[in-house]
Amino acid sequence: MVTSTPTRHGMGALVHRSVRGRAKGGETSPRSIAFLIVLWFCLLFALLFLVVLLINIWVDGVGRLDLALFTEYPSSNPDDAGARPAILGSLWVIGTTAVMTLPIGVAAAIHLEEFSDRHNLINRAVELNVQNLAAIPSVIYGMLTLAALGLFGVVNKNQVWVGALALSMLILPVIIIATREALRAVPAEIRQGSLALGATPLQTVFRNTLPAALPGIATGAILGLSRALGEAAPLLLLGGLVFLRFDPNGLMSGYTTMPIQIFNWTGRPQQGFHELAAATSIVLLVVLLLMNALAIYIRNRYQQRW
Amino acid sequence: MNDNRHTHPTVSIHARATAVSDRMDDTAPVVLDCEDVSIYYGEFRAVTEVSLGFRRNEITALIGPSGCGKSTVLRSLNRMNDLVDGARVEGRIIFHAEDIYGKDVDAIAVRRRIGMVFQKPNPFPKSIYDNIAYGPRVIGMKVESMDDLVEEALTRAALWDEVKDKLKQSALGLSGGQQQRLCIARTIAVQPEVILMDEPCSALDPIATMKIEDLMQQLRRDYTIVIVTHNMQQAARVADRTAFFTALPDETTGDRTGVLVEYDYTSKLFERPADKRTEDYISGRFG
Repeated sequence: MVTSTPTRHGMGALVHRSVRGRAKGGETSPRSIAFLIVLWFCLLFALLFLVVLLINIWVDGVGRLDLALFTEYPSSNPDDAGARPAILGSLWVIGTTAVMTLPIGVAAAIHLEEFSDRHNLINRAVELNVQNLAAIPSVIYGMLTLAALGLFGVVNKNQVWVGALALSMLILPVIIIATREALRAVPAEIRQGSLALGATPLQTVFRNTLPAALPGIATGAILGLSRALGEAAPLLLLGGLVFLRFDPNGLMSGYTTMPIQIFNWTGRPQQGFHELAAATSIVLLVVLLLMNALAIYIRNRYQQRW
Repeated sequence: MNDNRHTHPTVSIHARATAVSDRMDDTAPVVLDCEDVSIYYGEFRAVTEVSLGFRRNEITALIGPSGCGKSTVLRSLNRMNDLVDGARVEGRIIFHAEDIYGKDVDAIAVRRRIGMVFQKPNPFPKSIYDNIAYGPRVIGMKVESMDDLVEEALTRAALWDEVKDKLKQSALGLSGGQQQRLCIARTIAVQPEVILMDEPCSALDPIATMKIEDLMQQLRRDYTIVIVTHNMQQAARVADRTAFFTALPDETTGDRTGVLVEYDYTSKLFERPADKRTEDYISGRFG
């Protein structure tokens, strides 16, 4: 491909043209065109993989996607089993995570964005590390929580608040980064206008900047929570892999979540459990897609055009 | 009060077509008085030893080429410059016999009494009503009826008739000129004594500009106005007095720094400037 020229015919030329048409600035050198084609195939491969996966899950799970999945408890007999406690457990854990993370995350972002001195070395270190923390594998947060629990002598790990604590730490950096970006998108003139009227910096943040940034914060929060919703690894470490025949009913309650239930069922030998796992995966996917759609809707609906 | 430095011996002036030509009144008290004000950004001295007084119920225009420090001076008058990293003011700015940069002076309290209108209209992303009510609410003004206050502020800003049926709609839906008048209404809602305007018409079309200029003439009866403008015709049209700034190389560092060249009645400054640099600037020879 490195030697290809615009005069070349056949399939290559077709791809060639379409790639050239889309490339910004009209890339013409053979090297960049070759590179663009490689990128294009990468995208195609990723999409293909996703589609195959989705079709596979759908075919496996659609037979069990019925009311019983939502109403029945797990059982040793796949025909009687359902994911009710896992679905409710996911709601409990994510709800608790949201309550624990959002105030802290938003407050941290407000401090970093609106009040901290950006030239201060400590603040810059904090900033850098918030970025880094967002990229850490989730299982590490499970280990961290485990260690902290050991330190404080908490023996019963399978509690809603423990799982929520691990997931909170996991998505806290995501929330902080999203909130900072939303705050940064509010023009400086708005803050100046408020300050020039005699508002204090705190009034300016809470009555003006923060409300203006709320759609962006909501979008980031929903995306962060949907990441937490799909996590299994930290909760597995924290004893989330349990067989429950009751609904979670409080912060101290035992729980399991959809990803863990899926993990559990996938490991069983019976075909019936694999179908259940696929059906639960569909539920999880639909919930995640809905959350993402909501985030996109909020972003577009309330997007401020300054 | 260094009155002699700020004013000019009375000279007879030919009648001009503008509304301000016959307003030559040295009896109005100085509301805001700069004494040897130098403004620094870090080590850089942006403005050097400016002394001038702004008189009550007058409009004073600050003009000059880019980089002459006129906006910097304006922003230091209500301590908005405090928000810039490393900004520092030397000298004194006297407001009601007190230096607004004094140790015990709260910048927020200063800004409540010296309002500011910005270059780009910056309405809050709220309803028109809430834009006006915002200031009185945040400063905890005792208000008998917020509705009346909103109406009065909008009326004085010559905007009431245009928006009275859509007070609950977003202010961002207004035109640029309406937005700027809203920002003026918002500023007068907190009843300041002085209104600073930083090139308030530079983002507006000529008709919107004319409306703002008319409005300024109305507002002059109740407020003291200081306006920075790039537009010399605008200064000539609206201002009672005009201060001409320019940028000169600093004696010690060689960096360009803003200095006040001439400060006088607008008619005098434009017709018979005392300084050659003023003359060159207003006749379009530089800047």
